[in-house]
Amino acid sequence: MQVNPPHAPGARVRVRRAYPPGHTRAPYFIRGKAGVVADTAGAYRNPEELAYGVYDGAPLRVYRVCFRQTDLWPGYGGAPCDTLYVDIYENWLESETEVA
Amino acid sequence: MSTRHDDTHAGHGHAHADDHARTFQPDIEDAPFTHYQVMAQALGDLLIEKNVFSADELRRQIEIQDTRTPAEGAKLVARAWVDAGFAALLARDVNAAAESIGIPAGDIPIRALFDAPALHNVIVCTLCSCYPRQLIGLPPAWYKSREYRSRMVREPRAVLAEFGTMLPDDVELRVHDSTADQRYMVVPMRPAGTDAWDEARLAEIVTRDCLIGVTLPRV
Repeated sequence: MQVNPPHAPGARVRVRRAYPPGHTRAPYFIRGKAGVVADTAGAYRNPEELAYGVYDGAPLRVYRVCFRQTDLWPGYGGAPCDTLYVDIYENWLESETEVA
Repeated sequence: MSTRHDDTHAGHGHAHADDHARTFQPDIEDAPFTHYQVMAQALGDLLIEKNVFSADELRRQIEIQDTRTPAEGAKLVARAWVDAGFAALLARDVNAAAESIGIPAGDIPIRALFDAPALHNVIVCTLCSCYPRQLIGLPPAWYKSREYRSRMVREPRAVLAEFGTMLPDDVELRVHDSTADQRYMVVPMRPAGTDAWDEARLAEIVTRDCLIGVTLPRV
């Protein structure tokens, strides 16, 4: 059962700025950062539950989220067109509405 | 036994260190066991004791894993270079493409990342060492290092330069952090000057590092 509405490819999303204890699969360097959904990568049980013996949780959608490197790192030394794609479980993503 | 041993030593009449001083460089197993090594060993022993699998079955699985080599991935790339239909299948489903030419790729989904004139792909797993092992074997030690895992996302062009790979600034460098349930392999572009080459010869230039994306096939 999936309760969250899916994010469509092209949707702008933000990784939750959260620092829960224990086993997590969202790298620190993208927490709080915004990116764009490139596509989906299936649905899998939540590794943050599996790590503690919870084997019957609802599968989570996994998204491939595209970040611009220049959005991630101050003073990024590569090219402006460089990107980073990260596979992220949906419990870490929030819809991002453009403020500007 | 010990008496006889002592007698023999007495017969030598010497201090060992004098005549054949031996200094050993510490080997891997001389370091204290880490928590995880102990846990892994204990888990394996328990599963064998409980007859979940036998020691031989465990050994066999390790042996099978160790037979996987990057040559399997190279075959997929070379086939994709000469067969557009196969390339399309590889783009859709790497595991199915591999099985279709008799290469077992396991159950973990693998995705192919195709390079293009304005796009270069490279893989990393910042959280651990996720790698398409079922298809191309164990990752190199540097792939698992903290330095590669952190610098490949923070300054990927600098890391590629250290591998001898210089990318023009108008080529997008796309780093893929495989943190979840999917694995990745890079499909580089077929180099110029290989039009007359057959599949086997093409496969020879697709090395492990090309499949990771830290280098490009060289003619």
